[in-house]
Amino acid sequence: MSEAVMQADRPEAQEGGAKDLLSKFDDVIALRQNLLASGAEDPFSLVMEKVLSPTRAICNGRDTILLGTYNYMGMTFDPDVIAAGQAAMADFGAGTTGSRVLNGTFRDHRDVEAALREFYGMDHAMVFSTGYQANLGIISTLAGKGDYIVLDIDSHASIWDGCAMGNAEVVPFKHNDIEAMEKRLKRIPEGAGKLVVLEGVYSMLGDVAPLAEMVKVAKANGAMVLVDEAHSMGFIGEHGRGVAEEQGVLDEVDFIIGTFSKSVGTVGGFCVSNHPKFEIMRLVCRPYVFTAALPPAVMASSATSIRKLMHGGEKRAHLWENSRRLHAGLTALGFTLGTDEPQSAIIAVVMPDLERGAAMWSALLTEGLYVNLARPPATPAGMTLLRCSLCAEHSSEQVETILGMFERAGKAVGII
Amino acid sequence: MDRATVDERIRAILDEFNKKGVEIADATTFAGDMEFDSLTVMDFVAAIEDEFDIIISMNQQAEIETYGQLVDAVTSMVSE
Repeated sequence: MSEAVMQADRPEAQEGGAKDLLSKFDDVIALRQNLLASGAEDPFSLVMEKVLSPTRAICNGRDTILLGTYNYMGMTFDPDVIAAGQAAMADFGAGTTGSRVLNGTFRDHRDVEAALREFYGMDHAMVFSTGYQANLGIISTLAGKGDYIVLDIDSHASIWDGCAMGNAEVVPFKHNDIEAMEKRLKRIPEGAGKLVVLEGVYSMLGDVAPLAEMVKVAKANGAMVLVDEAHSMGFIGEHGRGVAEEQGVLDEVDFIIGTFSKSVGTVGGFCVSNHPKFEIMRLVCRPYVFTAALPPAVMASSATSIRKLMHGGEKRAHLWENSRRLHAGLTALGFTLGTDEPQSAIIAVVMPDLERGAAMWSALLTEGLYVNLARPPATPAGMTLLRCSLCAEHSSEQVETILGMFERAGKAVGII
Repeated sequence: MDRATVDERIRAILDEFNKKGVEIADATTFAGDMEFDSLTVMDFVAAIEDEFDIIISMNQQAEIETYGQLVDAVTSMVSE
């Protein structure tokens, strides 16, 4: 596999004079080659040979603590969640082989949408095959030609791709800058439709948006508001509904986007809304219509998990305790973190550059710890980050073990 | 506002972003000659937007490659 990407110097013109369409990726190929030549294990082809629990797996042959999986509430191995999936698979088969609007809506697709309406206390819920498709579909369908999308510059790729897929005018503003957002909203021509797109938790640095102010400013300027709460569902806010709930503006948000692949522990994406015309989206949203519906087992597991998350108070408290313990420990060791205080279950450790970031990632893996290596263009300001995402199932002892691993690896690589 | 005035005001802003001291002509490209990365583009566009109280959407930015095209686009926006 890796030999196939080791040919950066392949001549651009192939036999017969045809231009190689893949030669535009030569820079990326060279970057990867240099990284691997430095002796680091390949951060982008890790294999989990065996998953032992939400927090432990055999990775590349080693017993490894998982600290980069977004499995915030540890629901992947919940016995009820597994049992619900097993029963649905036995009763309804392995897959749907069809679109939601044709033959792909089974009992459990309806039930998971009911579970979402209960969880958020909202009138409508629409389930997509992934969170990426939920943003892609909802944003590209809502904002059409002549409309304006005003969005944070650090938005997730799925939001940008939703913008690119539609025909609206796209206007970014500086990250979390309320004034920059307001100025742009005020300059939009009168009569144009406006959609403000925000995230509750920004996944790269794990920082939270000032939604209370931003949603109010957006509403005062006649915009509809969409908030992606992918990284907050289940543990931020009184009912785990996210940052908008915690900051008291959930009622003013028109569309909440979320995912099942984080706290819920399965796969899938969704949009919930109180808009009276929301159901028409099922017929006009192409990434919803032109793809197969998720397997019934995934839907049954998700519905069970969502309903259990409604009563996850103790797990939430422990997750926050883990987040605070790791943040304080890493700060004390001398690492530079993405936020001054823990704002979510993501703790981002800032690396001096990609080379030392990759070396640190590799050293941690050798210690038996998996974190995410994040690099530009996914990261803001060209940063290389080691992203840690905590789980409610990490024990306090595991967090102490993790800190020991960071200390040894950080000293070995010369970062602390 | 005429093109010369717009040119003068954009030039003043561009000076702050022109770290390499590239000589600015209408044909100067932002990505190529000035080596602007995406972050610099965002800050530069925001400064222009604030100076003229306009919006230059990503869609419009995609059509603007050179300094001259930017001056033309802004001149047309402020005279609308």
